[in-house]
Amino acid sequence: MTAVTLSGAEVDPRRLLKVFASQEALLAVAVIGLAIVVGFYNPRFLATRNLSDVLLGNAYIAVAAIGMSMVIVSGNIDISVGSLIGVLATVSGTLAVNDAPLAVAWLAPLVVGVLVMALQGVVIAYLRIPSIVVTLGMLSILKGGLISVTGGKWITDLPDSFHLANIELFDVVPMPVFLMLVATVIAAWWMRYSAPGRAIYAVGGNAEAARLCGISQPRTVVMVFALHGLFAGVAALLYATQLRVIQSTVPPNVELTIITAAVVGGVSILGGVGTVIGSTLAAILIAEIASALVFINVSPYWIRAIQGVLILATVIADILRRRRIAGA
Amino acid sequence: MTEIPLPCADRRAAPWWLLRHETMLAVILFPALIILGTLNGRFLTFDNLLNQGRLMTEVGLIALPMTFVIITGGIDLSVGSTVGLCAIMLGYSWRNFGFPLPLAIAFSLATGAAAGFFNGLVITRLKAPPLIMTIATLTLYRGLAEGVSQARSVRGYPEWFYFIGQEDLFGVPAQLWLLLIAIVAAGVVLDRTTFGRALYAIGANETAARFSGLAVDRIKLTVYTLSGFMAGLSAVVLVSRVTTTRSDMGNGYELDVIAAVVLGGTSIFGGLGTIWGTVVGLIMIQLLKDGLALTGVKGDATIVVIGAVLILSTLVASSLQRRRGSV
Repeated sequence: MTAVTLSGAEVDPRRLLKVFASQEALLAVAVIGLAIVVGFYNPRFLATRNLSDVLLGNAYIAVAAIGMSMVIVSGNIDISVGSLIGVLATVSGTLAVNDAPLAVAWLAPLVVGVLVMALQGVVIAYLRIPSIVVTLGMLSILKGGLISVTGGKWITDLPDSFHLANIELFDVVPMPVFLMLVATVIAAWWMRYSAPGRAIYAVGGNAEAARLCGISQPRTVVMVFALHGLFAGVAALLYATQLRVIQSTVPPNVELTIITAAVVGGVSILGGVGTVIGSTLAAILIAEIASALVFINVSPYWIRAIQGVLILATVIADILRRRRIAGA
Repeated sequence: MTEIPLPCADRRAAPWWLLRHETMLAVILFPALIILGTLNGRFLTFDNLLNQGRLMTEVGLIALPMTFVIITGGIDLSVGSTVGLCAIMLGYSWRNFGFPLPLAIAFSLATGAAAGFFNGLVITRLKAPPLIMTIATLTLYRGLAEGVSQARSVRGYPEWFYFIGQEDLFGVPAQLWLLLIAIVAAGVVLDRTTFGRALYAIGANETAARFSGLAVDRIKLTVYTLSGFMAGLSAVVLVSRVTTTRSDMGNGYELDVIAAVVLGGTSIFGGLGTIWGTVVGLIMIQLLKDGLALTGVKGDATIVVIGAVLILSTLVASSLQRRRGSV
């Protein structure tokens, strides 16, 4: 399997290109197609204001999904990321209200995120505890810890300069969207062309083969989780700065949306395959669907069921596709 | 060749290992109980303990089949969402379809079984990893519960329905009888039937189990269906106890359930575990929660403790196993 992933181009360029391109291309078509269809039904959906709100409000999901994609490609899972984002947003907001320098308030979630996730990575990789157990435990530690420390109070009176969404590059691109795009492009390039990036695929595709190639599996897993923490930190920053207030609780079930984005984006659940361009497109698609429901008069309470169907369909399609490749 | 020694090796190792694990649990449990008891006089009273049994039932009913699932080397993360979906189906079919309540209860249980069956079907037929499959249905089932109910709650059930969740039978909370029967049944099935022994064989080495002629897929399908069905039963008990139906019911149950099972010594890698261990794990977690609450720790802080207990008990169990050289 790894051989197919790693040196795919030599095996059969056309089919492999198709397999790799299809998920991203499909998602791009879906994102644009949905916009056109819903736009016909209700032109207000296409108002610049709405489209930019969709992007602004969900950029943090896309950024977190980048890290999640790396985690899943490496053959692990993380369900603590939603709680971590809640904690990091609160850390950042608390610092900002207490007159910490802006740089500190912005960088603190990144640092804490890397530390927490690297710790989990160490437990998973070196103590060999399955990632689901570690991150499930961490989920409740972070979630319970946050509520008992803050009492669920809202953080208000955030300084204006704290809000990233107010910063617009060239007066057009809001900072969160810019960060989302930059993070996606850099991460995609890094995973595709750098040695450590390729190591993630190798470890996820076939850990034993990776070991024989001289790749340290534990070290790669810790690196992946540390990076995942970095992206979670950026995501928390975007989440914290998007509104005037920060609810110092965990955003409910956000980890499921992030996992959905990563899986629907084409990251194979069996490890070893997937790109972050797909996960960002999928995050945009999910946000777009949620927004579209409102414009076509469908109750927004159905959004999670739709997410569930999307992730299920992708998982099943992925398995069937792999089986066909293996059989062919 | 390999398949025959497996159950035997397991049987030989089990008493030693169980002893070790129980000692470990007792070493933690007793001082904790005594400290909590001295900190608050109400903690070690009969009434309080029975009441804790009442509160433990909903998670306990799911923890039993979860022990089966984890012994086969799988996992079911969708149980909390299944509880939510079944609770909604109970309320919705009663209120909106006009089902009589017994039929609505049956419908709710059938929904749970169907939800579990679907998990098992995709896991066995398509070889989907149980983890991802049940994360997907965790999202889907909760989404269906929210979509169907439109976040509206259902209340006003007839009085007799509250018996299961609130009344006593022979001085013991009614649902505790249900849990006791389920525990005995699960224990007997796991220990004394070929089906139960097959679960260990599958968890220890699925390929070997397959080659030794076990109907691996059918057994796994049964186990996941059972997990969904018991989540449905748990939903019925829960609705009866809290007298209302909401779509967020059972949220986070998967944490409590898996923590209890793993704390009870069932290996997350499959192939090892007992119902007895799960029961001890359940009691420990419930008493810990209650003891902490009575000594003034808020509910949110107790889930911190459960999370830590989950990670630490897995760490200890896996290091014990590694020293034994079986992993």
